[in-house]
Amino acid sequence: MSTVSLPAGGTPASAASRRGPALLRHSVALAHRSLIKTFRTPEALIDVTIQPAIFLVLFTYVFGGAIAAGSQHDYLQYLLPGILAQTIALAGATIGVNLNDDIASGVFDRFRSLPISRAAPLVGKVLADLVRYVLLFTVTLGFGYVLGFRVQTGVLDVLAAGALVMGFALCLSWVSVWIGMMVRTPDAVQGITMLVLFPLTFASSTFVKADTLPGWLQTVVDLNPLTHLVDSLRALLLGGPRGDDLLWTLLSMAALLVVFVPLALRAYARRA
Amino acid sequence: MTSTTPAADPDLAIQAIGLRKRFGETQALDGVDLQARPGTILGVLGPHGAGKTTAVRVLSTLLRPDQGVGFVGGRNVVTDAVAVRRSIGLTGQYASVDEKLTGTENLVLFGQLLDLRRRDAKARAKDLLAWFELQDAANRPVGTYSGGMRRRLDLAASLVGRPAVVFLDEPTTGLDPAKRQAMWGVVRSLLREGSTVLLTTQYLEEADALADEVTVIDHGRVIAHDTPDGLKRVVGGQHLTVRPRDPAHLDRVATIMAALTASVGGRVTSPGRGVLTAPVSGEAMLAEAVIRLASAGVGVDELSLRLPSLDEAFFALIGRTADGGPTDDAEDDGGPAADDDPRVLVPAGGPATAPNDRGADSDGRAAA
Repeated sequence: MSTVSLPAGGTPASAASRRGPALLRHSVALAHRSLIKTFRTPEALIDVTIQPAIFLVLFTYVFGGAIAAGSQHDYLQYLLPGILAQTIALAGATIGVNLNDDIASGVFDRFRSLPISRAAPLVGKVLADLVRYVLLFTVTLGFGYVLGFRVQTGVLDVLAAGALVMGFALCLSWVSVWIGMMVRTPDAVQGITMLVLFPLTFASSTFVKADTLPGWLQTVVDLNPLTHLVDSLRALLLGGPRGDDLLWTLLSMAALLVVFVPLALRAYARRA
Repeated sequence: MTSTTPAADPDLAIQAIGLRKRFGETQALDGVDLQARPGTILGVLGPHGAGKTTAVRVLSTLLRPDQGVGFVGGRNVVTDAVAVRRSIGLTGQYASVDEKLTGTENLVLFGQLLDLRRRDAKARAKDLLAWFELQDAANRPVGTYSGGMRRRLDLAASLVGRPAVVFLDEPTTGLDPAKRQAMWGVVRSLLREGSTVLLTTQYLEEADALADEVTVIDHGRVIAHDTPDGLKRVVGGQHLTVRPRDPAHLDRVATIMAALTASVGGRVTSPGRGVLTAPVSGEAMLAEAVIRLASAGVGVDELSLRLPSLDEAFFALIGRTADGGPTDDAEDDGGPAADDDPRVLVPAGGPATAPNDRGADSDGRAAA
């Protein structure tokens, strides 16, 4: 995503708009706005703070005993990378809701009547989301540590895990941007993204090992990009072979970008 | 568009030539021309759905027209949109400031997006908040503002960049009369700052109070362009209506009213049994009517002053275009010119000032 060029169909202004420092400056100002809004609406932070914590506690202590033959600690070690991937994927889905909300409220018209790049509101949202992802990553690892989760690798591996999961969320968030531009109301965006994401997160290796599942479901799990992301995170945080899963994760990220960036940008240019 | 586009008229701050825009089945703009000279207020008057907002969105670079050209400050709104955006301020129909942010934060954000230094953006925000009498609410989230305060902040946000041209799309829809008056004062003061204003409204009264010239549009077409006074001559102004308690007094009342309104023609007519009405030139005549009727010993069941409604304005204007050219209006029963039509003399519902639903909602929310 080096330069966000909007396809034709918008005004020629998008082609003539300034890039580089001006785009970055405007995007940072807009990211600041998004973050002020987020921190003034504490419930907007639940999905990156309390939700991963509750998921960790619930799954570890409710299912942990049954799934991991009595060792809740073993299950926590297995579960945490999965919760990380699941909650960050869900958090990435809010971008479409927020964009749709801005358009519905009329704020976008105001932005578009200003001499700023049309990409700035979008880039601003992405930057603000990155801050939320960092918060989520820190809270999940920190709370996991309190519960007994222990990283088995080094600092660089942890940073790589963070970069990977945040990168994946950014790629996945283009799906949300696309839906957010196609659907009429913010609530509808929320509903549709949940409909897509819930099966995606559960039909993966997030909570249980794939070999406990019926054959047809194993096939689904193996194809699910989230499975490879979660297994890559496990490898990065707990050690173990990482090559294949990492490769598949990066490929699925590229595929998400190739498919959904053009779709999302075309819808964005039409709507925003 | 392969034909050469018309050149901008250097004497106009805002110019639209033959704008057309279609949304699916709806021809929102069907060849709209608009002109505003620098330092004036152009009122664009029309009912809900007439195409006012679409015209504003085209001229403020938000929407590309299917046909026609728009110029703001001599620059083409499609091919030179960035330059146009540097010179305009837009206040849309729905408040487009952020509820979670404070008044100051909202204005500083727009300052930063307009490439002001942070310090300058803060200073400009402070000035504007003071100018709009919002300084006491400067550090409160906009969610706590009343409907009128929010509109003022919204307008302030469109002025951060000191725009030469300001677009106000129904700035008073949903405001109560007192707040509407206050907003009118603000709009007038924009002219003193040297701006040119394009204001859309559903209210004849508002166009009358603010605009130097008024363009009336309906179904995406311009049906009249004139000064407010010129329009009023077509539509008719305020009317005094008197219903004496005793019908035997009708003749005496007619004489009193004819004398009272002699300066504006003294045209007394009877639109219905037991009622007399005559065009007047202001509230003073109502007070005078009360005095004269009382001293003549005439009791009344009804004594009222009414403006023609917007519906009647349109009836009158469409009636006029029927004289001048082809029109799809076929409801006129072949009667006389509109200003002699009894329907104009007996307004059904008073001034068309019912707030639309959206406006009423936002006001209600703010009050809660």
